[in-house]
Amino acid sequence: MKEKIRQRNWHKIKPVVFGLAALFLILLNITTSHSRQPQPSLVRKDLSRRETLKDSLDTKTGLIIAPGFAVVSTTCVRCHSPKLITEKRATREGWLATIRWMQQTQGLWDLGKDESVILDYLAKNYAPKNEGRRPLLKTPEWYKLTNRQ
Amino acid sequence: MKSEENKTGAKSLNHTTGLNRRKFIFKSARMAAFTWGWGLFANRTVRAAQKLASPATLPDKSPLPAGKHPDLILLSDKPLNAETPPHLLDDAVTPADKLFIRNNGLEPTTIDVKTWTLTIDGESVKKNTVFTLEDLKKKFKHYTYQLVHECAGNGRSEFSPAGRGNQWTTGGVGCCEWTGVRLRDVLEAAGIKDDAVYIGYYGKDTHLSGKPGEVPISRGVPMRKALEDEALIAWAMNGKDIPLVHGYPLRVLFGGWPASTSGKWLTRISIRNKVHDGAKMNGHDYRLPIHPIAPGARIPEDNEHFRIIEAMPVKSLITYPKTGAQVATGKPLEVRGHAWVGDLQVKEMHTSIDFGATWQKCTLKEPRNRNCWQHWTTQINFPDKGYYEVWARATDSNNKMQPMLVPAWNPGGYLNNACHRIAVEII
Repeated sequence: MKEKIRQRNWHKIKPVVFGLAALFLILLNITTSHSRQPQPSLVRKDLSRRETLKDSLDTKTGLIIAPGFAVVSTTCVRCHSPKLITEKRATREGWLATIRWMQQTQGLWDLGKDESVILDYLAKNYAPKNEGRRPLLKTPEWYKLTNRQ
Repeated sequence: MKSEENKTGAKSLNHTTGLNRRKFIFKSARMAAFTWGWGLFANRTVRAAQKLASPATLPDKSPLPAGKHPDLILLSDKPLNAETPPHLLDDAVTPADKLFIRNNGLEPTTIDVKTWTLTIDGESVKKNTVFTLEDLKKKFKHYTYQLVHECAGNGRSEFSPAGRGNQWTTGGVGCCEWTGVRLRDVLEAAGIKDDAVYIGYYGKDTHLSGKPGEVPISRGVPMRKALEDEALIAWAMNGKDIPLVHGYPLRVLFGGWPASTSGKWLTRISIRNKVHDGAKMNGHDYRLPIHPIAPGARIPEDNEHFRIIEAMPVKSLITYPKTGAQVATGKPLEVRGHAWVGDLQVKEMHTSIDFGATWQKCTLKEPRNRNCWQHWTTQINFPDKGYYEVWARATDSNNKMQPMLVPAWNPGGYLNNACHRIAVEII
């Protein structure tokens, strides 16, 4: 009997519980995401130099704005172009090898606890793409060829 | 260059503090303050002993030097690296504004041509000798050659997994006309000992880290290449002073070998009694595994497992038309480009419009001199309307052809000489 009553009550309050849970999750998401990472800055008017500038990319560095972005943007691009990150793809192991190489040959300091934050960010956002033996030709900007030289 | 970078560095700091205007003003201001403060902290404590270079962000203005074609594709602004889209390489002689840029460090900021010297030293020089620019121009016979030089990592972007460094597509190559003196004549004037094995160059560029005394790059070639007729110490490119970004006032040139051997802002050449051990001569820099390895495999970075890249493999580019051409049906389409190969000659050139099922022979010109690229042209008739890809394939004088697939994977992502192709639509 108790079981039946519980089921009936659950039936009544189910939408309320789910609604509250959803609201809680939304709020949680807003607070955590805003406390963890800087907001995407306003999209610059001059976009001509970058193909896929979206809200999720930092307009200054072109880096994906995700957890770890702040550390990466203040550490890695201190010495070299952010493009050396955004153009490349590697596994966590591959990125670690790159950090070790920079420490051995390029004067990079010991990253301490930032190292794992940086590696998590790079491995997640700049992971390898499986492209096979020859990627497809990029779809070009089509143009009418009339004045043939 | 330096002052420009400092300017952009300062700008980027302002930008950071100005981030996120719209919402969450307090949070973002706190974040920005943190970012800025972290930068100061890192600056003062972690690298206190070092002169800190300004943070690199993408500058608002193009970092390409004045006089460069605006359609060059920027791969990295620090160090400065930019490649040329294939249709901009259509000229027989690559003009200065269209030559790719590959820097390893930062350009020298002070250059005094009057006091510029070239020192010849090393274990295997008979007498350490210093030449002024004037000495070089007066004491030796002048030569002019058109030399192809290509970045060993040209085409790296197609390797999977990705190789370390800039992700070059097809445009890390050019063929300019260089004027100067033969390296051989200069080395012989200083005297070459019998035990000479290699030469190594030194330039006036500075290391990215800002560390004094760090050399960004110092590579070289074996004596047999150094003593060839076409190995030049040049002060002129296409009949004018070499532009600053390409090595003003003096550089060395070895056509057909990785362009990293052609050092810029040349101040010193060492004649070595062993393989040159300068910056980027070791590890797997500009080296290939001696035995082929599986994609992504890791092997020890030592001389037992890696060999230095010497002459570049056979390769070609379609420089006309630009990819994406929509062409009216009926008339044949003229297609043209260049083909080149390290120390050999290109023997044949073919194109295919059916993904390699059939190949059509092109007209191929002789090179103007050794280590110069060769021009090719062909007329293509398309059988039907629709989407086509024109693929180009060169064959060298040893009968080696360009592969249609990306060749053997290597950790550095070097020597991708796979066929170039463009898209064409017949309408």
